[in-house]
Amino acid sequence: MSLIEIENLSVVFRAKGRDVRAVENVSLSIDAQESYGLVGESGSGKSTILRAICGMAPVSGGMIRIAGQPVPTPRGRAFSTQVQMVFQDPYASLHPRHTIDRTLAEPLAIHGLGDRDSRVVQALTDVGLPPAFRFRYPHQLSGGQRQRVAIARALMLKPKILLLDEPTSALDASVQAEVLNLLNRLRAELGLTFLMVSHDLAVIDHMCDRIMVLQHGRQVEELTRDDLAAARMTTPYARSLFDASADRMLDSPTEPAR
Amino acid sequence: MTTLRAWLADPNPTSRRQARLGQLWLAWVRIRRNRLAMAGLVIVGLLLVVAIFAPLLAPHNPLTQDLSRRLLPPGTPGNLLGTDDFGRDILSRIIYGSRITLYIIALVAVTAPVLGLLIGTVAGYFGGWIDAVLMRVTDIFLAFPRLILALALVAVLGPGIENAVLAIALTAWPPYARVARAETLTVRSSDYIAAIRLQGASAPRIIAGHVVPMCLPSVIIRVTLDMAGVILIAAGLGFLGLGVLPPAPEWGLMISSGRKFLFEQWWVATMPGLAIFLVSLGFNLLGDGLRDVLDPRSASR
Amino acid sequence: MSLLDVKNLRVTFATETGLVEAVRGVSFSLGHERLGIVGESGSGKTMTGRAVLRLIRPPGRVQADAMTFDGQDILAASEREMRALRGKRIGMVMQDPKYSLNPVMTVGRQLTEGLRLRDRLGAADATAKAVAALEAVQIRDPARVMEAYPHELSGGMGQRVMIAMMLIPEPDLLIADEPTSALDVTVQAEVLSILDRLVRDRGMGLIFISHDLRLVARFCDRVLVMHKGLVVEEIAAANLLQAQHPYTRGLLNCLPRIGGPRGPLPGLDRTGAWATEGRT
Repeated sequence: MSLIEIENLSVVFRAKGRDVRAVENVSLSIDAQESYGLVGESGSGKSTILRAICGMAPVSGGMIRIAGQPVPTPRGRAFSTQVQMVFQDPYASLHPRHTIDRTLAEPLAIHGLGDRDSRVVQALTDVGLPPAFRFRYPHQLSGGQRQRVAIARALMLKPKILLLDEPTSALDASVQAEVLNLLNRLRAELGLTFLMVSHDLAVIDHMCDRIMVLQHGRQVEELTRDDLAAARMTTPYARSLFDASADRMLDSPTEPAR
Repeated sequence: MTTLRAWLADPNPTSRRQARLGQLWLAWVRIRRNRLAMAGLVIVGLLLVVAIFAPLLAPHNPLTQDLSRRLLPPGTPGNLLGTDDFGRDILSRIIYGSRITLYIIALVAVTAPVLGLLIGTVAGYFGGWIDAVLMRVTDIFLAFPRLILALALVAVLGPGIENAVLAIALTAWPPYARVARAETLTVRSSDYIAAIRLQGASAPRIIAGHVVPMCLPSVIIRVTLDMAGVILIAAGLGFLGLGVLPPAPEWGLMISSGRKFLFEQWWVATMPGLAIFLVSLGFNLLGDGLRDVLDPRSASR
Repeated sequence: MSLLDVKNLRVTFATETGLVEAVRGVSFSLGHERLGIVGESGSGKTMTGRAVLRLIRPPGRVQADAMTFDGQDILAASEREMRALRGKRIGMVMQDPKYSLNPVMTVGRQLTEGLRLRDRLGAADATAKAVAALEAVQIRDPARVMEAYPHELSGGMGQRVMIAMMLIPEPDLLIADEPTSALDVTVQAEVLSILDRLVRDRGMGLIFISHDLRLVARFCDRVLVMHKGLVVEEIAAANLLQAQHPYTRGLLNCLPRIGGPRGPLPGLDRTGAWATEGRT
């Protein structure tokens, strides 16, 4: 049975009296311990799907099921021990006036879990940060270190599903590599299921087993990793995305994109 | 001394307390570089010292009348700033008056901002009809002229220091609610609030633990800048005879009683006026300095 | 003859914690070509671009042994001379058009303002020239865009308008600081090809600043790789894949590739002598 099932999901925002259809009729299912990628350009609704799962965007049609159960509204505490999210911008996703310690201990306090000191230290070690960073403030960390803290926070409640919203797009290339490696290691060690969003096809390809291409809130094409590597896409949009991918640029350095 | 500084500036604090003190120390370092803010801090500090040690500092009893020594000019031996129409020493009265001023400031500072912060953050965080209702109430209070509302309240409740404070606090909170709400609106949609919500935190927890710390700096700055206004309103109420009752040495009251001899014995009204001016200036300078130090936009460095 | 010569450029900032050197002795010369400056955040690439226009505000300080543009000494130029240089002869395109366009003025007014004030053109002539510039950046409906306010444009459209605006005075040198980073990949390709064509057709010099090595390699003739304020390698773009410097190699290797191996990505080894070079 699939761990995450999304059936005909639609999200409609009401802005200034107009309806904006951010997501329309998207269906997908993700198995346990699978890594699934959503790729598309801005306005494709890829992040909105993640937000809809978390209850941060209004579900106006369709069904979201986690482990066979429809997600409750509001999501509630049980949900937060199942699903957590890592946000795009590590500069905006950590509370600027809380120490790392407070940020990591807060989920434990909410759920009444004890043994906070050792759990916080363990979480820092797990994401490759020295325990000495525990009482630093976010502004005393680099972007990559902050994103590690954000990942540690998401894992505090030991969820099975991690939603990753462009987790490396705000980071430098070398830091991106470190964070992607960390995510892959954690997934293997903890048996996590990833649902990852990115605009970078190469990153998605590196991280995910299956990929869905989205455009204007609709699903365009679902590809396996092998399909992508062999350039076996059937829709013109998926192909244009593939061709424009920065990763492909070095393959034809003499001829600029037209 | 050097070890204490190293402990405070340690980039890797070993406890919550050290981290917090380290941040405070950084703020102190930053405010110390701002000369005007330091001047403000010194004035406010002086006010505190004078208020605490008033019995030691004052040369005379502020209430003792001596009609044989009435309306003496400044510089008279024994009465440095002169005496008023009842022969009371003006310097002593100003020194004791600082206690009343400080009392009013302290009471207003713990009531109005707390009320404003609560209403503003709740309105901003929940939005919708809660926001609409709370903000219309705020608008109603904002629409009243401050002094007039304070007058009406004192007129109903009777003059006296507590009623004056109540009147000032009731008219002072709406701006804090507005500031806090504006700040909350930007904080509410941020990723770190989304993250903590996703961790299952309740609304009161989010507001108290995550939203309020972000609103606090702007409210504190606003409070400091408003203190000058509070002192002036308190003085205004005193001047109109609706605040502190005579013969208490309240600065506004002193100006009021000196008004009758303003042309012949100018010092009676001028000296407490200078005191009000100085303390207001101190709070304004401090507020400006705090803005540089506490503003989240500049503290992110 | 070279268009721009920079020798031993230094940009320093006096901060609370002491002097911070953002650029530590960068030298290059630029002809009518496309020069790429690549580096990670904090490498000083943006500061280098801004220093050329003397757009660094106090407490920042710009020092150099020499900095000449077309024979004119930039370091010695008065603020008035710099104003004449900026925009007119050296244009600059920033990363995000949202912050570079005036939000309360229509695009048309922003485009024609300079023409009318500086070149004293009539309204009709200025409009015609602005429309031509918009057409040059492949905006299909220039009349509508002229009437629009910046917030009514998409990111790609806004960036094209920015480029058009920079190109109206026909500068000799264009400094583009991450001009496509905020854009979608498909739009990015279009904007790049527009820039590319303009450089070739007009014989403009271009400094293209970016964090994306692959993009720069494909688009420029020559690449400066910067790290912590120093140029660690200067290389012809065509040879970038054969780059020798460990930092350049590290930057290239740490990027995931479609169909590439699934194992851990090689990290950047920051223990080499280059990483600590010249640090105090």
